[in-house]
Amino acid sequence: MKNGTVKVKISKKEAAYDLRLYVAGQTPRSLHAFANLKRICEEHLAGRYRIEIIDLLENPQLAKGDQILAIPTLVRTIPKPARKIIGDLSNTDRVLVGLDIRPAGSWDGQ
Amino acid sequence: MTTPARTRKKESSQPELAKCATGIAGFDEIAFGGVPRGRPTLVCGSAGCGKTLFGLEFLVRGARDYGEPGVCISFEEPGPDLAANVRSLGFDLAMLEKDRKLVIDYIQIEKDQIAETGEYDLEGLFVRIGHAIDSVKAKRILLDTPEALFAGLSDQGVLRSELRRLFIWLKNKGVTAIITGEQGDGKLTRHGLEEYISDCVVLLDQRVDHSVVTRRLRIMKYRGSRHGTNEYPFLIDEQGISVLPVTSVGLAHAAFEERISSGIPGLDEMLSGKGYFRGSSILVSGTAGSGKTSVAASFLVSACERGEPALYFTFEESPEQLLRNIRSIGLNLDRWRKQGLLFVRAARPSAFGLEMHLVQMHQLIRELNPRAVVLDPISSLLGDAAQHDVKTMVLRMVDHLKHTGATALFTTLMDSPGLETTDINLSSLVDTWIQLKNIETDGERNRLVQILKSRGMAHSNQVREFNLSDNGIELNPVYLGSAGVLTGSARIQQEARERQQEAARKQELQRRQSVLQRALRTLDTQIHALRAEREAQERELAAIGTEETTYRAALNEERQTLSVSRHRPTETKQNGTANKSGSKRI
Repeated sequence: MKNGTVKVKISKKEAAYDLRLYVAGQTPRSLHAFANLKRICEEHLAGRYRIEIIDLLENPQLAKGDQILAIPTLVRTIPKPARKIIGDLSNTDRVLVGLDIRPAGSWDGQ
Repeated sequence: MTTPARTRKKESSQPELAKCATGIAGFDEIAFGGVPRGRPTLVCGSAGCGKTLFGLEFLVRGARDYGEPGVCISFEEPGPDLAANVRSLGFDLAMLEKDRKLVIDYIQIEKDQIAETGEYDLEGLFVRIGHAIDSVKAKRILLDTPEALFAGLSDQGVLRSELRRLFIWLKNKGVTAIITGEQGDGKLTRHGLEEYISDCVVLLDQRVDHSVVTRRLRIMKYRGSRHGTNEYPFLIDEQGISVLPVTSVGLAHAAFEERISSGIPGLDEMLSGKGYFRGSSILVSGTAGSGKTSVAASFLVSACERGEPALYFTFEESPEQLLRNIRSIGLNLDRWRKQGLLFVRAARPSAFGLEMHLVQMHQLIRELNPRAVVLDPISSLLGDAAQHDVKTMVLRMVDHLKHTGATALFTTLMDSPGLETTDINLSSLVDTWIQLKNIETDGERNRLVQILKSRGMAHSNQVREFNLSDNGIELNPVYLGSAGVLTGSARIQQEARERQQEAARKQELQRRQSVLQRALRTLDTQIHALRAEREAQERELAAIGTEETTYRAALNEERQTLSVSRHRPTETKQNGTANKSGSKRI
């Protein structure tokens, strides 16, 4: 996670998955969430995703648009419809289900 | 009301809690200044009791009247909906937003769109609120209602700790917050917000009593401050919320020496010739159709004629009907109404709760500042309500009107004539009590008026007859005589009878006078005749005396003549005398 944080593009090509991670300062939880997200994307969406990190401490006005309450919040803006996942993304399966990458029934673990 | 607060302040060495005036009519009075400044206040109540409105009015009044910008964080309604809801109250939220005096942020929580994985906090909410506060330098904030978060987020533990943190954070930011909460089972709020907000808790309540809804407000808790502890009725109307701090009125009103006419000359006369005291309260009780409204209307007309604004609350007739009926006794209320001196307010007693009536009356009284107020009749407000309520209400009304210096006239219907108690035992509350009675005799009903009491004046103890005519109200003394108390045509008959008797007596007197005069005249004539006779006899008596003298003289003379003639004759004298006496002697 870089400082400045407005946009961290991991894939510049037309992303099939456009993801925004909202954080508030570089808290351990935010860093953890970002690490988790990056890992999951690399594993499942390699080359097909883009992650934007928004630090609300710097751009508080952006919280309104995506109705952000909880930190961290991951918003999948593309594909539509928008999905929201809150928390530090430590449960990979739930993240995959939440992002609609894997159908809810086909969890590995549970 | 403020005096005790001031003295208390002097006694205490600590500075009194800083207050933030809400601007909500009446609330600041019962909260002795407002909600605690820089602290959160919980406003809770059941659905539809006015929590959101309370909060919005707090913001709008702050922004408009106190120069304190506000933030509205709504968890339930989008901003435009909120704005539309309060537009009817004259609150233009959009304008305030444009002027940067208000920020409305709608926080939407849709559980089905949110998946939770792992740990999180509500820093996003803090950021949003913080941003909103900073953007207008807000001093006030409304959170309506953060309990909605419980529906959107599943981790209750996190939520609770975050809410606690939120309220502390708001306190540290120094904004005065109002947090609403919906009432839950046996708890003030569904999710126990009261555990976190303990500085000030306001409970709004909406009660249905005999199918009539009354809203009430109560300050449950106010840490570090005195506050009115009662339940206060409140009203939501075109001007927002009005709380009525009615139970806090005291007995400190001024007493006027001035007397004002009752509008009925006869009644003024009964009230030691001058009428009511200004600022007093008058109760007119009576049975159905005894003329209570007419007495009230006369009073209003007299007030209007003096150029004083008057207010008429009627609970039985529509204004038009009332004016028409009053016109029939020659009182033109319409004229004063058109001139704007008289305001007639008609409302069915059952239209809303007793407290609501009171609140509305208070508002009108505040607006119009009338000098004469009539409530006609208070007994119909009784309805199903407990009598105590009406009495309390009238007491409050009496107190309030006395404070404003208005003269108040209440009418009340009594079921049983002659009973000197009213249904609701108002007599101790009023200064002047006029009782109207209907008595039925000889197949007709007649009205009587009587003053049962009138504090501070030498009022008449007499019963008068009360006549409604085309020219208003006339009071006549009743017949009090050997035949008892008579009224109406019985009185008129009795009076006619008396007039006849009087006439007959007069005639008899005249007859006797003329008889005597005749007798006197006869006697006079007789006296004349007798006197004449007496004179005649007197004259005769005198004549007799003269005759005798003459006779004696003649006799003497004759004797002398004779004796002379025996010696020497004296011819001439002798003959004359002899002739005279000679003719008389025959």
